Amino acid sequence: MTLEADRVVWHRGGALVVDQVTLRPAPGTTIGLLGPNGSGKSSLLRLLGGTAKPDSGVVTLDGAELRSLTRRDIARAVAVVSQHADTDVDIRVRDVVRLGRIPHRGSFGTASATRDEEAVADALRHAGLTDKADQRWDTLSGGERQRAHIARALAQEPRELLLDEPTNHLDIRHQLELLSLVSRLPVTSVIALHDLNLAATFCDEVIVLERGRAVAGGTPREVLTAELIARVYGVRARVGVDERGRLTVLFEPGPLDESAELTPEDAPRPW
Amino acid sequence: MLLLAGGIVAVALSVGAAITLGPADVSLVNVRDVLLNHLGLADIPVRVVKDAIVWEERLPRALTAAAAGAGLGICGAVMQSLLRNPLADPFLLGISSGASTGAVVIGVLGVGGSVLGLSGGAFIGALLAFALVMLLARLAGGGTDRVILAGVASTQLFSALTSFVIFAFADADETRGVMFWLLGSLEGVRWDDVALCAVVVGVGIALCLTYAHALDAFSFGDEIAASLGIAVSRVRLGLLVLTALITATLVSVTGAIGFVGLVLPHAARFLFGPRHAALIPATALIGAVFMVWVDAVSRVAFQPTPLPVGVGTALVGVPAFVLILVRKRRAA
Repeated sequence: MTLEADRVVWHRGGALVVDQVTLRPAPGTTIGLLGPNGSGKSSLLRLLGGTAKPDSGVVTLDGAELRSLTRRDIARAVAVVSQHADTDVDIRVRDVVRLGRIPHRGSFGTASATRDEEAVADALRHAGLTDKADQRWDTLSGGERQRAHIARALAQEPRELLLDEPTNHLDIRHQLELLSLVSRLPVTSVIALHDLNLAATFCDEVIVLERGRAVAGGTPREVLTAELIARVYGVRARVGVDERGRLTVLFEPGPLDESAELTPEDAPRPW
Repeated sequence: MLLLAGGIVAVALSVGAAITLGPADVSLVNVRDVLLNHLGLADIPVRVVKDAIVWEERLPRALTAAAAGAGLGICGAVMQSLLRNPLADPFLLGISSGASTGAVVIGVLGVGGSVLGLSGGAFIGALLAFALVMLLARLAGGGTDRVILAGVASTQLFSALTSFVIFAFADADETRGVMFWLLGSLEGVRWDDVALCAVVVGVGIALCLTYAHALDAFSFGDEIAASLGIAVSRVRLGLLVLTALITATLVSVTGAIGFVGLVLPHAARFLFGPRHAALIPATALIGAVFMVWVDAVSRVAFQPTPLPVGVGTALVGVPAFVLILVRKRRAA
């Protein structure tokens, strides 16, 4: 039992953005949400986090419908790292991470100050930010800010972690560090990703969205085929396995080759 | 804790010192004697004139100034955090103007005066102004700058409405009195004004403190606040209505005093950091000390003519406002 979505549908501004998606991650696994821009990755994450309510279908946490739980109950189990979470406030890294303790506090202050400080220190260490704990937010690089958000989410001590394109604006080393950190954590993670190679490396399972629908799901090796990439992304790709058994995706520039192994129905319409 | 105690002592000393300022000669010892007499702790002979000046005039005035400074300060701090806008302030967003209009409509026209009173009218005016600003900002597409622009529009509209009511319906004496009050004035406040302001501001500070963590959670926007377990719409609406209530109460007593809510939270943040558990009390204490002194100086600087206290706060506040704008530009 964990955070599950069952045939969720969501319209946003009149448009259908999530269409009958079902998601049942096994506890402790890392799930990649793939798909082109506007395919509904962020929207699905918002439904899972409970910040948006599905028009039909249900999201459940340990079997209980999300809308029957209080925001704080949800926040004690599910942490979110969203895109574009920036601030003008002159806040220190340690205080950003401390925000993660808010759901564990009583209405009138701290539940346990020492417990809070331990969780904050652990989260800072996991994210490699212990040295930067007293730095101000506006002095951090993009990668450090992203890691500070991850640390804030870890201080929440969640069982479920939802991340929306956490590797955006990070250099390659930080992309790898961040995803290996997330995949090592003993939590269930759902990560919206653009980079198929990162997804293949770090995700136990991936789900591919196209115009709001889940069109494929399974292990990266089952899902990430040249056919699927051509169909969903409209891009020619070569998928191989390297000498160490890892899946690699290479992209070819230029238009789709109509004569590829696509059957006529699968081929994208020529617009 | 030590700082908190120090702050309270600073407020008390400021009030005491401010009382000694003025044309009539009153010493700190006189102030102490009068206080002890009225609290029933002593029976020290003090000249009746001095007793009246301290107890009926300067003490209620200084205490109201302290409450107004504290209240406007926390209103600014809360609005800046909830709207994620360093320029949010009851005066700049037109809330004070709306409250003025509401109070003037009740005071000059006498509409529903017996039921609502000046404060009730000011509260309705403040809520209407707030709703208008939020609606205009949303129609214009949201964002920090749009909220400020909507505030400018709201300020102009409600100022015009206030002027209209005054010039169309008030007689000459009323007009002079209202105009002076509109600029922000603590002339002639009485003990019942002190009680009203103290209760509303005290409750306001207590409520803001219980929501200190929720206010912290808004630092990175609504989405993150919600994911941290905050019921975003409910908390924001509740706290914004609270700021409207505090603003309206203060406006109905002191008129629209500008820039205190804008500038003092920044000073408190600079000194004590952005965590609201420290920021709220710090802003309240700094606001109280600041207003007591600005009022004392405006009272004696051009005596016998008193300067409206709003003029004093604007003279200090506008340069600080410019400083915030420049700093914000550099950060962007």
